[in-house]
Amino acid sequence: MDAVTQLQRQLVDYTNSLFLEGFLDDQFNQLQQLQDESNPDFVVEVVSLFFQDSERLLNELAKVLEQQNIDFKKVDAHVHQLKGSSSSIGAQRVQRVCITFRNCCEEKNIEGCLKYLQQLRHEYSLVKNKLETLFKLEQQLLAAGGTIPLY
Amino acid sequence: MNIGGGAKVSNMRALVVDDNMVNQTIHHRLLQNLGIENQVVKNGKEAVDVHSSGKYFDLILMDMDMPIMNGIEATRTLRAMGIRSTIAGVSTRSLDQEKQEFMEAGLDDYQEKPLTKAKLVSILHKINHSG
Repeated sequence: MDAVTQLQRQLVDYTNSLFLEGFLDDQFNQLQQLQDESNPDFVVEVVSLFFQDSERLLNELAKVLEQQNIDFKKVDAHVHQLKGSSSSIGAQRVQRVCITFRNCCEEKNIEGCLKYLQQLRHEYSLVKNKLETLFKLEQQLLAAGGTIPLY
Repeated sequence: MNIGGGAKVSNMRALVVDDNMVNQTIHHRLLQNLGIENQVVKNGKEAVDVHSSGKYFDLILMDMDMPIMNGIEATRTLRAMGIRSTIAGVSTRSLDQEKQEFMEAGLDDYQEKPLTKAKLVSILHKINHSG
């Protein structure tokens, strides 16, 4: 098996594993379908925006939850934003934590919120890692002269 | 470009109204991919302002939760201004009550986020049939 075929196989297997393990859902496929010769870096661009947005929101959440009098409306608003963007790129596990997090906001459950913030941070860093690995594999494939398979 | 049902999208202009950068980028590209020229604004007030400046759009994709002026207020305001464009509410709100309030503000259609090509095509078919 030549290098290109091997890399291609690796990329397909890795991508499939992300779907099987629930890190990504079909919305990610939607993004891939929007990528073409005129927009060759679309997925990376959108995912980078997601990273920026998420990091900002996670920091804001930590700040708000540190206050003496927690503004649960603010907490909910931030989680809502994060739920929105994670669902838009197909980051399914992050989205799911956001949904349960919001229940704690409604109940004004401080401990619950802090626990879910931790979980959110964890899921976010997992999916960030996975996506960065995915992009690296794509780069390797392109560098070896291959093309990214159509999903 | 023809999306079926006789719809001609190549002359269509759309407005994306959303405060989230990730969604703005995706919705812009989804429309672009279907050959629809489009503009992006980040809240309801900007959507109203762009109309006040005299611009017209065939389709408006309106998010619900936005700062300064939300989707419900913006839709009401645009309708009160006499804007007859197709306005499709795009939101993550799933409660019937919330959807109802949004629809009653003057929407022609409502789609749950995340937006996909299929959902966008179904919105476009609505424009076609009401025209």
